Amino acid sequence: MRSMVYRGPYKVRVEEKDIPRIEHPNDAIVRVTASAICGSDLHLYHGMMPDTRVGTTFGHEFVGVVHEVGSSVEHLSVGDRVMVPFNIYCGSCYFCERGLYSNCHNVNPNATAVGGIYGYSHTCGGYDGGQAEFVRVPFADVGPTLIPDWMDEEDAVLLTDALPTGYFGAQLGGISEGDTVVVFGAGPVGLFAAKSSWLMGAGRVIVVDHLEYRLEKARTFAHAETWNFAEYEDIVVEMKKTTDYLGADVVIDAAGAEADGSFLQNVTASQLKLQGGSPVALNWAIDSVRKAGTVSVVGAYGPIFSAVKFGDALNKGLTLRMNQCPVKRQWPRLFEHLRSGYLKPSDIITHRIPLEHAAEGYHMFSAKLDNCIKPLLIPSAY
Amino acid sequence: MSETPSTPYLAGQGQRKVSSDQLRQRIPGWGADLDPGDRPSVPKERMDLPTGAHWDFPERQEERQPRERSIEHQFLTPVFGTSVPLKGLSGSMRRYAYKYSEARAAHWLILIAADRVDAGGSHLRSFLTLHPDNPLTETGILSEFTRHGISSRFGKKRADLKGQALAPVFVAGPWILAAAAAFAAARVLARAARNRATRA
Ligand SMILES: [Zn+2]
Ligand SMILES: [Zn+2]
Repeated sequence: MRSMVYRGPYKVRVEEKDIPRIEHPNDAIVRVTASAICGSDLHLYHGMMPDTRVGTTFGHEFVGVVHEVGSSVEHLSVGDRVMVPFNIYCGSCYFCERGLYSNCHNVNPNATAVGGIYGYSHTCGGYDGGQAEFVRVPFADVGPTLIPDWMDEEDAVLLTDALPTGYFGAQLGGISEGDTVVVFGAGPVGLFAAKSSWLMGAGRVIVVDHLEYRLEKARTFAHAETWNFAEYEDIVVEMKKTTDYLGADVVIDAAGAEADGSFLQNVTASQLKLQGGSPVALNWAIDSVRKAGTVSVVGAYGPIFSAVKFGDALNKGLTLRMNQCPVKRQWPRLFEHLRSGYLKPSDIITHRIPLEHAAEGYHMFSAKLDNCIKPLLIPSAY
Repeated sequence: MSETPSTPYLAGQGQRKVSSDQLRQRIPGWGADLDPGDRPSVPKERMDLPTGAHWDFPERQEERQPRERSIEHQFLTPVFGTSVPLKGLSGSMRRYAYKYSEARAAHWLILIAADRVDAGGSHLRSFLTLHPDNPLTETGILSEFTRHGISSRFGKKRADLKGQALAPVFVAGPWILAAAAAFAAARVLARAARNRATRA
């Protein structure tokens, strides 16, 4: 099969690999019909995520058709059209039993602090991802769900991570009616977080980014006010001024460790590798939220230490909430919102690229060329 | 002090510029999940969600070759990825890293170092194959031409350009230092050879 393969920092190529096989009785093999490149894939692509091995296939956002099932699979059959949440989880351990699917303890031997994620390094279990023609899906009775007939396949791809994660970010903010919500990062997760904040009754939603085309999307797609931090000497002061010197009630960090913005953080994190990524968005969140406010973090951070302003969080009495999104738990409610027309996730897709052109896709997305917000990779006709 | 103090300096609520009714008019779905009870991750822990699992402890995946694991785990998890098993020098480094818990900086720093060894070694080994690494196609740099690389960069205030300006220093720096060291070593060797020649 054809598969995207990591070759080292900033290098990927498409090559021939064996079709994955059933390794466990509850596995399924899924033929991928569409996958997406995610902002958090850039953390891998840039070589910042520990134990990212050459030869790995990325891709944790994908949909496809069931190609083969293991002997204990009861709920899926060959030929089913499925959407697969980015979390790999068993459904029965201490954490899964409590609905904490992203924190499953039975699928990632390499670490206990993070669960299993498709195509997200050995730190997340060493599974290959869906930027390929086929992918192994463990616990096929637990993770995947049939794509409903009424649902567009491209909406389904965005339901495997970006939309639920953005919505989850707004939930973690504990938004009350009339709250002022600031979202750092106008990528897919930030856009969905902003849109979801309105569903939860926000009174004002502000999105901060440095790319004008993404801010334009935040205005039109997410009805948000927008601020371009590159135009200001100090964005935190601007956030304070626009909130009557109070600060926002809730701040959502939807940028994560790949955030641009601070020269010092950029040099120590991206260039010198002294940090596990740049926490500039997180620090801005801590600074611009009001005292006793809530900071919600859904941007991706790796396990290596970062210079986070913890003292300010303490002194301000903040609530910090964060997690990987337990995707499937969000689906029933999000399906309702899609049907009501409140959410149309595929509106943010900007590029559809043949899988063969994965390298160009990664560079374009990483360098933010061509007004790229969300690229899909389409395996060649099969 | 002539300015009127703003919200946080005063008791009472801040003034909202737009009312909930106005927002409900303007934004599709505004307030649909106003009640936290309608939010799927509230409360955080729930025991009543069906997962589809029909086991108490999953059957165990066969360990076809020794599988590294965090020492914070009691045993090898019943399911695990098999994408790229440990091999070569980077494999030895990684095996060593897994002797340390996730709490230890050594664990992560050795893994990151092993990643660099893996990337460098794989790059070199690729030249012995029919499919050598090709920086032109594998970095995707050609998309600069096909995806408006020029217009995406200029005429716009881009914060990441600050970092990009320095990138060549950090990327090329180690190579320049290595070249300087090699040059110095060659000079020492050449001088030694000359000295031997004059003595002979
Ligand atoms: Zn993602
Ligand atoms: Zn579990």
